[in-house]
Amino acid sequence: MLSLYIPGSSFLHRMPAGIKLILLAFLSAVLMPVTEPLVLAGALGLALGLYALLGKEGIRQVQLVRPLLPILVILLLLHAVTGFVMEGVSVVLRLLTMVLLANLVTLTTRMDDMMAAVAPMFRPLALVGISPRRPALAVTLVLRFVPVLLAVYGALSEAWRARTGRPASWRLIAPLALQALKLSDHVAEALIARGGADGLGRPAAARPPRRLS
Amino acid sequence: MSVSRDHSLVQIAFYAALIAVLGLLPPFAIPFLGGVPITAQSLGVMLAGVMLGPVRSALAVCLFLFLVALGAPLLAGGRGGLAVFAGPSVGFLIGFPVGAFVAGLIMQRSRKLAVLPAAAVAAAVGGIGVVYLFGVPGLALMAGLSLDKALIGSAVYIPGDLIKVAIAAVVAETVSRGFPRALVSRG
Repeated sequence: MLSLYIPGSSFLHRMPAGIKLILLAFLSAVLMPVTEPLVLAGALGLALGLYALLGKEGIRQVQLVRPLLPILVILLLLHAVTGFVMEGVSVVLRLLTMVLLANLVTLTTRMDDMMAAVAPMFRPLALVGISPRRPALAVTLVLRFVPVLLAVYGALSEAWRARTGRPASWRLIAPLALQALKLSDHVAEALIARGGADGLGRPAAARPPRRLS
Repeated sequence: MSVSRDHSLVQIAFYAALIAVLGLLPPFAIPFLGGVPITAQSLGVMLAGVMLGPVRSALAVCLFLFLVALGAPLLAGGRGGLAVFAGPSVGFLIGFPVGAFVAGLIMQRSRKLAVLPAAAVAAAVGGIGVVYLFGVPGLALMAGLSLDKALIGSAVYIPGDLIKVAIAAVVAETVSRGFPRALVSRG
């Protein structure tokens, strides 16, 4: 499954997605102006504690910060060069805490629930004549297209290796983009043939008469 | 709702998926630069701008970022979730849709130019200029650095980005010959 969610039943899993998002926004806003390293270290400790509550799998997830480490080291060095080591330490601690907290929401919330939590944000779209359900449909389409495009790329790179005996090259990007566009034509036709994005899932009788262009 | 809107919706979704796939592919070893591996994600942003035009490409990039925020591990290296928006490179992510928009605008407004040079300019200005315009101040803010130091820190990626500009231009040229209708930005 194309998601970072880890199943579980901790109190974080049970908390509604909307509350988690609001809490995260609040905590991030509170942490931003803090410069006291001790306070930030405490916050980082609390964040790590929350991961520990998720059990073994949760502790394992802390490794997600690994790709961030080289950047943090460089940041620390940049601060150290100019003689603001403590400032560098605060920056690194704050970034680590904020990244870990944000990821905690992602780890404990199903993508569906997250989508449902932010869906009200799209309601104003109706004012400009766009169905608020379109973003959800678009998300579903992308999740479906990613494996399709990966398969297309797989076929292209296999053919490339067979012809050249060399590993895949950037030259495959042009045919990949071409195939993506051709596929998108077909999918669009199929979608329109089924009544279009706004007709999906609506009873046929309730559908307004459609003008074909 | 018009039929062409459904068409745009699918195109936007497909380009969002393309940006994701380019980030998920193993980094291409580039023959120049001594084979330094670069990931192709920002190439996807440039391509979207050059191919789809301003509005649709910006929407495609926003859709991609939205999926990342929802928790799909689609950023280069399989990263994703809300964490990436709390990290030091959040400014670059915010710059992505604006960069795609500008690249698409340049492509649209330069119809008199051949596709290759127009796409190169569009990808460079949108995909590097605009993206760094957001990314560098973002890095400075998140990391507590001065602007010039943030710029120096980001400059390491510019050679790789220039290669992506070249690739985006070549791809646009290829597509304009093989499937001209697909160059929506000039349609």
